[in-house]
Order: sequence, then structure tokens, then C-alpha cells
Amino acid sequence: MAQLFPPSSNSIVKAAFAAGALVLCLAVWVAYRVERTTYFTKAGVACEQPVPFSHKHHVSGLGIDCRYCHVSAEDSSFAGLPPTRTCMTCHSQVWTQAQMLAAVRRSAETGQAIAWTRVDRLPDYVYFDHSIHVRKGVACQTCHGRVQRMPLTWRGYPFPFHMKDCLACHRHPERFPREDAELARLSRGFPPGERGHAAALAEHVRLLTDCYTCHR
Amino acid sequence: MSEDAKRFLAPGWDFGTVTDKISSIILGPTPLSWFVGFGAAFAALLLFIFAVSATFLRGIGLWGVGIPVAWGFAIVNFVWWIGIGHAGTLISAILLLLHQKWRTSINRFAEAMTLFAVACAGTFPLLHLGRPQFFYWLFPYPDTMGLWPQFRSPLVWDVFAVSTYFTVSLLFWYTGLIPDLATLRDTAKSKLARVVYGVMAFGWRGSARHWRRFETAYLLLAGLATPLVVSVHSVVSFDFSVAILPGWHSPIFPPYFVAGAIYSGFCMVLTLAIPLRSLYGLHDFITDDHLELCAKLMLATGLIVDYGYVMEFFMAYYSGDIYEKFLAYNRAMGPCGWSFWLLFALNMVLLQALWSRRVRRSVPTLFVLSLLLNFAMWIERYVIVVVSLTRDFLPSSWGYYGATRFDWSLLLGSFGLFLTCFFLFVRFLPAISMSEMRGLIDERQEAGK
Repeated sequence: MAQLFPPSSNSIVKAAFAAGALVLCLAVWVAYRVERTTYFTKAGVACEQPVPFSHKHHVSGLGIDCRYCHVSAEDSSFAGLPPTRTCMTCHSQVWTQAQMLAAVRRSAETGQAIAWTRVDRLPDYVYFDHSIHVRKGVACQTCHGRVQRMPLTWRGYPFPFHMKDCLACHRHPERFPREDAELARLSRGFPPGERGHAAALAEHVRLLTDCYTCHR
Repeated sequence: MSEDAKRFLAPGWDFGTVTDKISSIILGPTPLSWFVGFGAAFAALLLFIFAVSATFLRGIGLWGVGIPVAWGFAIVNFVWWIGIGHAGTLISAILLLLHQKWRTSINRFAEAMTLFAVACAGTFPLLHLGRPQFFYWLFPYPDTMGLWPQFRSPLVWDVFAVSTYFTVSLLFWYTGLIPDLATLRDTAKSKLARVVYGVMAFGWRGSARHWRRFETAYLLLAGLATPLVVSVHSVVSFDFSVAILPGWHSPIFPPYFVAGAIYSGFCMVLTLAIPLRSLYGLHDFITDDHLELCAKLMLATGLIVDYGYVMEFFMAYYSGDIYEKFLAYNRAMGPCGWSFWLLFALNMVLLQALWSRRVRRSVPTLFVLSLLLNFAMWIERYVIVVVSLTRDFLPSSWGYYGATRFDWSLLLGSFGLFLTCFFLFVRFLPAISMSEMRGLIDERQEAGK
């Protein structure tokens, strides 16, 4: 009777086992990486907006405070989007004919709010309150990225709103002080967030990392 | 030893005829009854697939669970199926280490039974998660949540216990199969069968070196599997005993669950062995002595379970705790009392029939008993899981549980999954270990000299 398998079979089977193990490891690694790519997190990807608003121009160029438009950031769970009349405080006087601002003028005429596309979104099973974060000295830029440098707005990089990003600060608040000079200038008038204050928070890590702190 | 060999293998068989007889099940023509059985099992499997898909699409709102009975059929079925698996491991590992020769002809299909039962069991907690597509959150891996699973939770211990159990059982079963796969490779007529069995046999040639390694590996795996017989169902019992609910919070649970698991496992061995041997005429290999020994083990483990029932009532009285006392009262006299009395009638009263040798030697009686006692073990888990939950500390939060048609479909469908796998196993793999049967004959011949 002829042999069922040629001598090379042994090598093929061994190679197949090795390849199987390799593919498995590779699959895990790829899944790990892919989940963190900007394709999934949308970090650094500017999204389509009805008006191409530039934070870079308004904040870095003109020096407008974040709270001029996002009025409720300090006092409410929601930072707030400005009504069209906030835009019109300046734009009724400057760039009144600009094509780029046609949608703003139309909104002011009709009273129909501009339908901004939301950039930073938390799932609805997360209880999040802006005011407590701002009052405990977390800079806007810590979560939203360097918005003052964004010509179009994108999700802050490298903070793509994964739960581990929230936990990074909730576990070690002392590692997220408001120190750099640019931030300090932009955060004038915000509650203090220096190292000592953050270190005081670190004593409450147990409270900060309870499940029900964020999942109520 | 020769005495054993005589009892557990009818006379007149030699190396060749044993091999031919067992391999003919696979290589010979398939009886019509196989197709009938497989068809029925497959229909039930389709029901299972339907119910699982519905659960995936619509969520567990389709089930009867809610508050206060948040653990319903899914957990009952899980505990029941995983318990059934235990006989396989006990037969393969512990009886091997204890040199019990009678395990030889029943170990293979009991191990297969274990695997399929664990597969059935595993689906239920996953579906019970509510979002089964995220089952992998239970494993510790570097996730984007920055969290590990809660290692203090028995539900996470379950994941490790069950997956370890499945892996070791699979390895043990497959290792034992290797010499038989080589036999099939060498006896099969069709080229395809020879190649498939050949690949699965990993190049087994039956040389002395192969056998020495095989025996070592088999013994090592038996050693690994032995603690699992005790550990897996202990961990399953922790799901309950770690909670504070009366009826769950009890230190007797681990040994009581393990005994119940082995008990129900041997019920299932009988339920499968009796039709299997008459379907393929294997009375010479699976003798009445085998069945009697299974029945004796059932009696022994069943009595431990009965002791557990008695102790639960005794502790309710002895503790003086009003909640424990009420639980005992509610079990027997509450709105779900029927389930307790059914359990009592089967597991405590009917079980005593096995004291009689006449009952143990009567095959039809054993078959009916095995079905009834399997059912009783399912009811036992229903009493523990569901009835305890319906009435806890606060009368204002009492409730009732009613299974929906999806609960029933999943239960019936899981039989489809189990039996479909089992029918395929019997058709394509040797249900009795040929190599070990030859070993038994060898021993008999040695003794005869």
C-alpha cells in the first residue's frame, strides 16, 4: 500500500501549528491596535460643520475666553453651545458680507439655531458634569486637546474619550496639573489648578474611582 | 484483574474482532435509526439557533427574568448542564488513577458527553450577560476601559473554571483518541477518510516510544483533570453561596453541588449508554455490570445530595434565623411548593429504589429512572435558583417567575445542540476506546496463561 502522506507532511503540520499560533497572536495584536486608531476614536479627525468655525483664530488670534461662548462650563453639567446672537455680537459689525458666514446670518434672521455637529460625545450611561471638573482645576485642554490651535475642531488627541482616559486622571489626579505657560494664560480667571490642589484630590482617589461616581 | 476483565467484557472477543466491531460503527453502513435520531436532534438545534438569534437581536427581555427573579432558566440550565459534564471527568481521570477497569468501555463517550454538556452550559451564562457580543470583557486583557475583571466576583471565577475545564477535558479526550484515529486511518477504505483520520492521528505509528509518551501524557492529564472534578462545580456553587440570599448563602454548597453534579452526570451516562448499546449491539462491551456500577455511584452521590437537603432544613431550624426559617417554609409550602415536593418525591424517595439489586439489573427500569432523576436534578436547580429569589427579605419585593416560550425554546434547543454533537460523535469517532478494549483483552489473556 502506498504511503498516505509524503515525508514533507511532518513539516507542513508543524508549520501549520506554528502559523496558527502566530495568526492568533497577530489577530489579538491587530485588534488591540485597531481599536486605538483614529479611525475608531475619531481623535484628530475634523468633522463637517455648517460653518467652518476656527477656534485657532478666535482663541489664539483674538484672545476670546472659552467661557465667552461656552457660558455654562463652570456652573452646569453641559458646557453649552453659543446661541447665534453670541456670534452676532461681533459679526453684525465685522465680516457682515462674508460668504463663509451666510449660515450664521440666515440663522440670526430666521431664529433657527445652527445645527453644529457634536465633536466630543460621551455615552449616555456616563454621568458627566462639566462644572465639577472645571471647579477642581481641570483645564479645558486636558480633555479637549489644544482647541486653541485647531483651525477646524476635532476630538482632542491623544484623549479619545476611552474610559481608560477618564480613569487615568481619576486614579492619579496629581499627574494632570495646569502648568504650561500657554494654558496658564488661557485659564486666567479659572479656579486654581496648581499641583497642590491636584495633590489634595489624590487623597480622594477611592471616591473618584467608585463605579457609581460616573455610572449612576 | 482477570475477574474484572470477565465482568466488563463478554468472552469470545479478541484483538481483531473488538477492533472490527467498534470501527464498523463508523466505517460500516449507518442504521436508519441514526438518521431518525439525528434528524430530531438537528430540528431541536434549529430551535436553539432561533432562540439564541432572537435573544441576540431583541435582548433578554424575551425571557421571563426580571426583578426579583433575575436569574431564571439560563442559570438553571447552566448549572444543570455543567453538572452533567462531571461524570465524564470522574470516569476518565479519577477512575483511571484508581485503576478501575470498568471505566474502559464507557470513558470515551462519557468524555464526549462532558465536552458537549460543557458547550451547552457555556452558552447560557453568555446569553444571560444581556449583551453576549461583549463576552470577552470577562477575560483580563488590556482594554480601552482601563479595567480588569472584578477578580473578587465568583462570576469571573466561573469563566476561568469552565474554560479550564473545557480545555483540559478536550485535551484528555483527544489524547485518548489518537491511537484509535490511527486505527481508523488504517482500516478506512475511502481515501478521504484515511487522509482526515490520518491528519487527526498526528502520525501515530504505535511504536513503543509512542506508547510510552502516550501513557505519560495520559496520566499527566488525568492528574490535571482530577482536581477539576471537585473545583469546577465548587466554583459554580460559589455563585450562590457567596451571595447573601437565604437559600444561597450556605457553606454546604460546594460539596453538595459536586455530589449533585456527579450524580446527574451518571444519570446522563445511563441515559446515553442504554440506547447506544442497544442501537449498535454493544451489550458485550457495555455490560449490565457497567450499568449496575453507574447505578451504585448514583445511589452514593444521590444520598450525599439528600443529606444536603436535610441539612438545609436542619440549619434553618438550628440557626434560628427568621429568614432561613421562612425560606424553608416557603420552599415546601409557598406558591412554588410543587417544585420542592416533586424534587422530594424523585430525589429522596424514588432514588432509594437503587438499593435493590433487581432494580439495578433491570435495564428498562434503570433507563426510566435515569431520565426521571435527570429531570429531578434540573428541578433541584430550579428550586435553588428561582424559588429562593421569588421571596427574599422584604415582602414588598416578593414576586413570581414565569418562563416564556423563549426560555423553553432555549432549554429544549440545548438538547438539540447536545444530541446533534453526540450523534455526529457516534457516527464519526469511536464511541468506545478500541485501544483500551484491546488492553483489557491483553490482560485477560495474560491472566488466562
